[in-house]
Amino acid sequence: MADQETVLLKTALHDLHVELGAKMVPFAGYDMPVQYPLGVKAEHLHTRAKAGLFDVSHMGQVRLTGENRVAELEKLVPGDIAILKPGRTRYSTFTSDDGTILDDLMITNAGESLFLVINAACKDDDIVHMRANLGDGVNLEEINDRALMALQGPEAANVLARFAAAVADLKFMSFAELDIAGIPCFVTRSGYTGEDGYEISVPNDRAEELARKLLAEDEVEAIGLGARDSLRLEAGLCLYGNDINDTTTPVEGDLNWIINKRRRAEGGFKGADVILDQLENGADIKRVGIKPEGKAPAREHTAILNSDGEEIGEITSGGFGPTVDGPIAMGYVAIEFAAPGTKVDLMVRGKARPAEIVELPFAPHRYFRG
Amino acid sequence: MAKKFSQEHEWIELEDGIATVGITDYAQQSLGDIVYVELPEVGKKLTKDGDAAVVESVKAASDVYAPLDGEIVEVNEDLDDNPALVNEAPETDGWFFRMTLTDESQLDELMDEAAYNDFVEGL
Repeated sequence: MADQETVLLKTALHDLHVELGAKMVPFAGYDMPVQYPLGVKAEHLHTRAKAGLFDVSHMGQVRLTGENRVAELEKLVPGDIAILKPGRTRYSTFTSDDGTILDDLMITNAGESLFLVINAACKDDDIVHMRANLGDGVNLEEINDRALMALQGPEAANVLARFAAAVADLKFMSFAELDIAGIPCFVTRSGYTGEDGYEISVPNDRAEELARKLLAEDEVEAIGLGARDSLRLEAGLCLYGNDINDTTTPVEGDLNWIINKRRRAEGGFKGADVILDQLENGADIKRVGIKPEGKAPAREHTAILNSDGEEIGEITSGGFGPTVDGPIAMGYVAIEFAAPGTKVDLMVRGKARPAEIVELPFAPHRYFRG
Repeated sequence: MAKKFSQEHEWIELEDGIATVGITDYAQQSLGDIVYVELPEVGKKLTKDGDAAVVESVKAASDVYAPLDGEIVEVNEDLDDNPALVNEAPETDGWFFRMTLTDESQLDELMDEAAYNDFVEGL
């Protein structure tokens, strides 16, 4: 089975990561930087204080064109795409016939097309799913010639505006096609850290040039996947595969907000019967924030117990939050234990350790809403 | 006595019959930022290669194994408030625990500093 040994894919920024001294690890089939010499904790804190540059080129970029693109995509996601004005972006999920989540994604109305960003580990399945289920009048194009990077943090806007003044006015979850330092980019004011910032789609052959320009700015450091994970966990954002997956629905995942009034009334997306029923009658489990009382982190798959010692759920993401300066976690609990303030125990290394259900996020979102 | 080293990247220093144990500079560098250390209780009996402590970085938890048979007599309580000591001074202030040794001859199975450096070089 030697031929099944995965040959890791490389992003357009791979050589730069190596040059910067990154520790490279396999992630979703790619050889990716988990941290740079700065280290996960300092990278995390730097992003919250100034600006961090992340390579997220492993994620899939897809363009949908054709006159039926909106109506057909709405059959696969519970979000209202018809209402999305040109230049606006929305977070949504692909759902299965059972109402569970196949992936989460960003959908942008780019005017003549819909621009999607999907998870690296899911992208092949997502594309098969879309090709099989999008009807006539939609054309799907995989964008393989563009890298994707994220510039995140309170100084991100100041830095990027030096290369493209127009980005300063872009509001959270908005999109523009513009030149950054003379390089044609798709820019959305979005990200996955809880901070203000941008995601920038850039031609592969100009990606390193742009990354070097951004990294040359005083405020900017290269940030690896390790800090990306601790930042998004503090921000209460789901990691697909951990916090949401093909066994959990958007309602169980506490993502009701992605389904608006029209879609609730009309349905018409995969798994709508299950999801609309849960919206109406409630689900049995819910994704919640969990704050361990002590200092010991509780990692994914840690059992959550009620005060009688009965298992009521499981942690799906857990670790240490450098900004919170303590352990933080997310997980699912039976609905009767989901209220913030509920005391629970976490079974870590055979010992029950006290914790509390808390509101998410752990670190406040600081998006630019104009 | 000069420090001895295990293949699991612990260092051991014996003084007056008590061995001080920590993790090596190589180990702390591999682990990255250490955010929590779970130390054994005083009085706990350790078995060579058995679980002794847990060290947690931002991303993951790693076991620390007992390098020798013996019993815990003291733990480094400074690590509770300042686990980063393990990163800053792994082979001095960042020590984990002190233990008595059931059989001092087990020390002979461990590496001296030169042998450990060669071992790390080969990884």
